Amino acid sequence: MIGKSVPRKESENKVTGTAKYTDDFTTAGLLYAKILTSPHAHANITSIDSTKAEKLPGVRTIITGQDYPILTGSAIEDRPILAIDKIRYFGEPIAIVVADSEYEAQEACKYIDVRYELLPVIHTVHEALAGIKPFIHENLLQYYQVKKMAPNPKQNTANHIKIRKGNIDKGRKLSEVTVNVDVSLPPSDHAAMETRSVRAEIVANGQVHIHSSSQAPFAIKQNICKYFMLNESDVIVHCPLVGGGFGGKAAVQLELLAYVASKAVGGRLVSLTNTREDDFVTSPVHIGMSANVKLGATKTGKFKMCEIKFLFDAGAYVDESSDITTTAATNCTGPYNIDHVWCDSLCVYTNHTYATSFRGYGHGELTFAIERAIDTLANKLQIDSIELRKLNAIKTGDTTPTQAPLTKSNIGNTLKCIQRVKELIDWKQGEIIHLSDRIVRAKGISCLWKTSLSPTDATSGAIITFNQDGSINLHVGLVEIGQGTKTVLAQILAESMKVDISKIHVKMEVDTSVSPNHWKTVASTGIYMVGNAVLDAAENAKKQLKVTASYALRCSPDQLEVGNSQIYVKHDPKRFINLGTAAFGYKYSNGNAIGGEVIGQGSFIMHHLTEIDSHTGKGIGGPEWTVGAQAVEVELDRKTFSYKIKKAISVIDAGKILNPKAARGQVTGAMSMGLSWASREGFIYDDNGKVENNQFRTYKTFIFDEQPEYIVEFISTPQLDAPYGARPLGEHGIIGMPAALANSLSKAAGVSLNQLPLFPETIWKHARGEAIDYK
Amino acid sequence: MLQSIELTVNHEKRRIYVRPADTLLHTLRENLGLTGAKPGCENGDCGACTVLFDQRPMKSCLVLAMESENHEIITIEGLHQTSIQKAFIDEFAFQCGYCTSGFIMNCYALAAHHPNPDDYQIKNWLQSNICRCTGYEEIKHAITKVLKQQ
Repeated sequence: MIGKSVPRKESENKVTGTAKYTDDFTTAGLLYAKILTSPHAHANITSIDSTKAEKLPGVRTIITGQDYPILTGSAIEDRPILAIDKIRYFGEPIAIVVADSEYEAQEACKYIDVRYELLPVIHTVHEALAGIKPFIHENLLQYYQVKKMAPNPKQNTANHIKIRKGNIDKGRKLSEVTVNVDVSLPPSDHAAMETRSVRAEIVANGQVHIHSSSQAPFAIKQNICKYFMLNESDVIVHCPLVGGGFGGKAAVQLELLAYVASKAVGGRLVSLTNTREDDFVTSPVHIGMSANVKLGATKTGKFKMCEIKFLFDAGAYVDESSDITTTAATNCTGPYNIDHVWCDSLCVYTNHTYATSFRGYGHGELTFAIERAIDTLANKLQIDSIELRKLNAIKTGDTTPTQAPLTKSNIGNTLKCIQRVKELIDWKQGEIIHLSDRIVRAKGISCLWKTSLSPTDATSGAIITFNQDGSINLHVGLVEIGQGTKTVLAQILAESMKVDISKIHVKMEVDTSVSPNHWKTVASTGIYMVGNAVLDAAENAKKQLKVTASYALRCSPDQLEVGNSQIYVKHDPKRFINLGTAAFGYKYSNGNAIGGEVIGQGSFIMHHLTEIDSHTGKGIGGPEWTVGAQAVEVELDRKTFSYKIKKAISVIDAGKILNPKAARGQVTGAMSMGLSWASREGFIYDDNGKVENNQFRTYKTFIFDEQPEYIVEFISTPQLDAPYGARPLGEHGIIGMPAALANSLSKAAGVSLNQLPLFPETIWKHARGEAIDYK
Repeated sequence: MLQSIELTVNHEKRRIYVRPADTLLHTLRENLGLTGAKPGCENGDCGACTVLFDQRPMKSCLVLAMESENHEIITIEGLHQTSIQKAFIDEFAFQCGYCTSGFIMNCYALAAHHPNPDDYQIKNWLQSNICRCTGYEEIKHAITKVLKQQ
């Protein structure tokens, strides 16, 4: 079963419309909540009058921030669930209306009279650091820190991460050539096709049921217990299939609002579903960044030092931004061995929608910065940019910027990835080819690496039960968000139990009252964490099955083997008992019985991870680093600056590939998202901080047939502590795409393109004023 | 305020009560329980709610339920074991599945109306839908495979 392209387990339901997502469960008596959002980006609320709205037909209740004066946040508790006294971003929730129908709730929002006193808007991280009053969070130092932070209210900064590896002064001295590169990218969005959707109900015995399109059901449970002072056993979270997440659904936001909405109407079932417009600007977005990179090397191209400043645009509240700031810093060099590293990474408040995790979790951003610097250095040194990358590629025996040792298991083969990409992009044909007077073909390269920054004690569990027909039920706490992990877990279980994949039934829905815990469905860690738990559960079940079978077959359990839906004697396979029989105990001919139901249990916990030292960054942040190399080939019209992305290539060392078609789909899907992000995505704000593109007609993503030719290959250096040696790969295709696109277009246009998104207009603006040769 | 209308959906006649402002998408989902059509934007931008309206693909968020009387509506629930559904599975043409109903309806109609479309026609039809998970490559393989088979 391992290494086969098994179609996803929920395939039939997804092609017939019977697959159910959170908002697909129609129920009589359901109430609907709608959020009144802020029309301004920074303002004091002077009054809220909802008396008119309360009298409208169908309206059951209206809730405002004053009703719930609590602050929330996964790193620092800075965010009210509904604005209290002050709003800090365009689209921020101010009030919730609960009504009999969606349109009545929507209508009533218009009749809530909110008065504002406008405040100056902080548009950029640079403005934020300048510290002009009023600050976004006046009481920043009073906020409860869930994780250790270094807030500086006068600079609107929530956290400051420092990486100090080697001796930067020495690194500077050893550098014969240095480049200094500024890059930036605006906040953008996950834009999952299913907008975020939640239902909440409080039943008579006090139990709270939350149904959510979430990647983090267990985090929802913890949050609701914590903020509303409930017992953990009283909160049950249900996650059906989720219509895309990309990190955006790992944040807990609407769930808290749906809970208070239900509470306000006596616990009745209340639905709260984002409109597309709200999903773009009210719920958390993909982080923006500005960065400066100084990269120093010898004349022969050996990297000697790297000095980086990241300014991450957290928006109005921190949520995951602090950990993204950390992750970018701890991996700031990309997959290159550099002895002297100095990085300051700041998590900065602005009056933008707050950011949360996004596919790649800071790695796409850091990669854009370092890889633009590498191409700039290659240019300055007049060294082939692929050879420069090969010369400095990280490998076993080196250390990361946090001085984490790299072993033959926790890092793959960067060099092999680069070499293969070089062949696939036909590098020797030339990096720049003039196809006509106007059209230039150019090739750009980027390497990538990624680790996850999980809690050092993140856990997963797995439970397996049996049916009398010999088939096996698998229950895990991981959410199926489209990544296909549940199908691959079924393959892992089928392989371990030596049964056909058709015999494995994976429970698609997660129910926190019965599903074993899983940290969060994030960071491409599903196969590593849950896969290991599944293997553990399978071993546990096999042990139990052999004991029961030993009574029936009158031998020692050690003499038995499990396979083909049987438990059989190793040296005499004709002596066997069916799996479906042994799984429920054995009954002797006189009626006596022994054994009992077999329930396999398995678990996994992260091991050997350490916290990151706040002064030097020293520590082991993640279990492994998946490495890869990518390339993009573009054709640019040097008169209009329009361009076509012709080819995109990924070579990723993903260890053992468990499901080749699914793996390719994860990589090409991520590449598509990365190229879409880099070429056209980003929020456009007006002078008052209002988002101007909160619909798909103005916030454009890739559409059909804009995709380039995708070439995807894998290198297979096994991760020794992962199921069958498989490495994480769900996010990785996105990471190098912005850098590879910018590197190719910079060559084609003959200018340095260090800002995303790369609209033709952006390239034109950069090129204007520079001597452009149309030849 | 509610008005009685008769819709023909998936070859069945259904009498229902709707508000004049209710969209066909809302009515299919809330009145008829046909939740295969998805509200991805309710604005005509994403195509996740595509159904067949007299055999033509139509974004059901852009049609009122009342306008749909005397027209034949087919939703994803009305397709059974068609070659395009099979091709979507075999070619891994979906991940999260949220855009899938819309894409399949659109592909199904394309194959019915243009058995031998050129690349431009395929592109023109399928650019009305957004998929955020795949890189569209697999969707292209699926429609190409079905067109070849016919």
